[in-house]
Amino acid sequence: MRIPCPYCGPRDTHEFVCRGETDTNRPDNDEAFYDYVYLRDNPIGSVREHWYHAQGCRNWLTVTRDSQTHEISEAVLAKDAAR
Amino acid sequence: MQRYSIFSLARRALSGHRHWKPTWRDAAPRSSYDIIIVGGGGHGLATAYYLAKVHGITNIAVVEKGWIGGGNAGRNTTIIRSNYGLDGNAPFYELSMKLWEGMEQDLNYNTMVSQRGVLNLYHSDAQRDAFVRRGNAMRLHGIDAELLDREEVRAMAPFLNFDNARFPIQGGLLQRRGGTARHDAVVWGYARAASDRGVDIIQNCEVTGFVRDARGRITGVETTRGTILAPKVGLAVAGHSSHVAAMAGLRLPIESHVLQAFVSEALKPVIPGVITFGAGHFYVSQSDKGGLVFGGDIDGYNSYAARGNLPVVQDVCEGGMAIMPMIGRARLLRSWGGVVDMSMDGSPIIDHSPIDGLYLNAGWCYGGFKATPGSGWCFAHLLATDQMHEAASAYRLDRFASGRVIDEKGQGAQPNLH
Repeated sequence: MRIPCPYCGPRDTHEFVCRGETDTNRPDNDEAFYDYVYLRDNPIGSVREHWYHAQGCRNWLTVTRDSQTHEISEAVLAKDAAR
Repeated sequence: MQRYSIFSLARRALSGHRHWKPTWRDAAPRSSYDIIIVGGGGHGLATAYYLAKVHGITNIAVVEKGWIGGGNAGRNTTIIRSNYGLDGNAPFYELSMKLWEGMEQDLNYNTMVSQRGVLNLYHSDAQRDAFVRRGNAMRLHGIDAELLDREEVRAMAPFLNFDNARFPIQGGLLQRRGGTARHDAVVWGYARAASDRGVDIIQNCEVTGFVRDARGRITGVETTRGTILAPKVGLAVAGHSSHVAAMAGLRLPIESHVLQAFVSEALKPVIPGVITFGAGHFYVSQSDKGGLVFGGDIDGYNSYAARGNLPVVQDVCEGGMAIMPMIGRARLLRSWGGVVDMSMDGSPIIDHSPIDGLYLNAGWCYGGFKATPGSGWCFAHLLATDQMHEAASAYRLDRFASGRVIDEKGQGAQPNLH
């Protein structure tokens, strides 16, 4: 897999750390915290994930990837995706 | 059932091996059963066998989307051990270890259980202290554990790199009763013994949904071979637990990851048992065919692809070269990947689901093979009695919400780090 980092261009995955599914915002009540910390959709097919370019520009990216084919369809800066 | 023995082997050999009967019955689905087990891997088939043998329930279907043993049961590195340190894990894995020890007689099948020892190397004072603690915890649970110093390790495995400047080997924690077993034989042995007791093993039968009654109870499964009804449905589909549970509207504390494994060309016997590198993540054993079977970390991102990427291949090979330089002279024969359920604390789940009629056996991370008999035993107990088995009583689904996680590695809710 190569991730097209919007800042550095296409780079090998070993430069990145995967943080997992892009969750909804941090909840403000205790009940929702269990869902937020522990539960995952974990779907077959398209997933949106946070990846950290640790060995590169150190940006957090929001990557859209297929969990069955590993095809990456989009990678944008997480701060832009959150807008 | 045709019993296997030296005499049956001799008799068939004299008649040119032409009269062996199929080992187990490939069944077509009937409309209803007492229990349906989804997943015809080691865990599902062991569950069916122990339901029939221990609990006397034989009206069971095991439904498998492909062929039995074609998932993770055929993709693991065949290591068996019970060297766990936490209270929630140790009794369960030791139950499993004891079942391995009696398996071949019980099943009348050669599952090639070989207790050649599992040696975890340590490379620093701190790691030695952690291993001493784990070894003592194991012994308090009645599990064998021996601490070896550097010279004792050298006597056992002189080919290791003892002079590595960064990760010198100081010693190891040895479980002599650990070892390896033949993964396919375990599947076929359980299938044969379960089938003989009346269990229907239904292949090429993928679950596509659940049947629910007006109260929301699960009363059966929709499959590619029609609807099959049963008051109890057990999931043993590790790797795809989230996918199947989502059909019932459940979200699980699990991510699916890819774990790669490797085998070298066949060599003369060089490694006495299973050896693990304590400073990186690398483990190796030698199969009876001679290939060095080894692996390391998971790739670290969600995947259902059953194949991994090159950075982990490099990482695993670097680990191998660091600990055992002679591995560099062997050529890599094959590599493959399996899809594993990585749970949020690195430990499995054997429990009721929040939905009546649906039972979970999931979250085995990269350690499901050694658990096969214990998992079957405890899941059968749960399905038959609706009570959790004593040895698996910590494997609750609600432990994450209640804070009773079993985090052997101490990584927190980060599945790709366990």
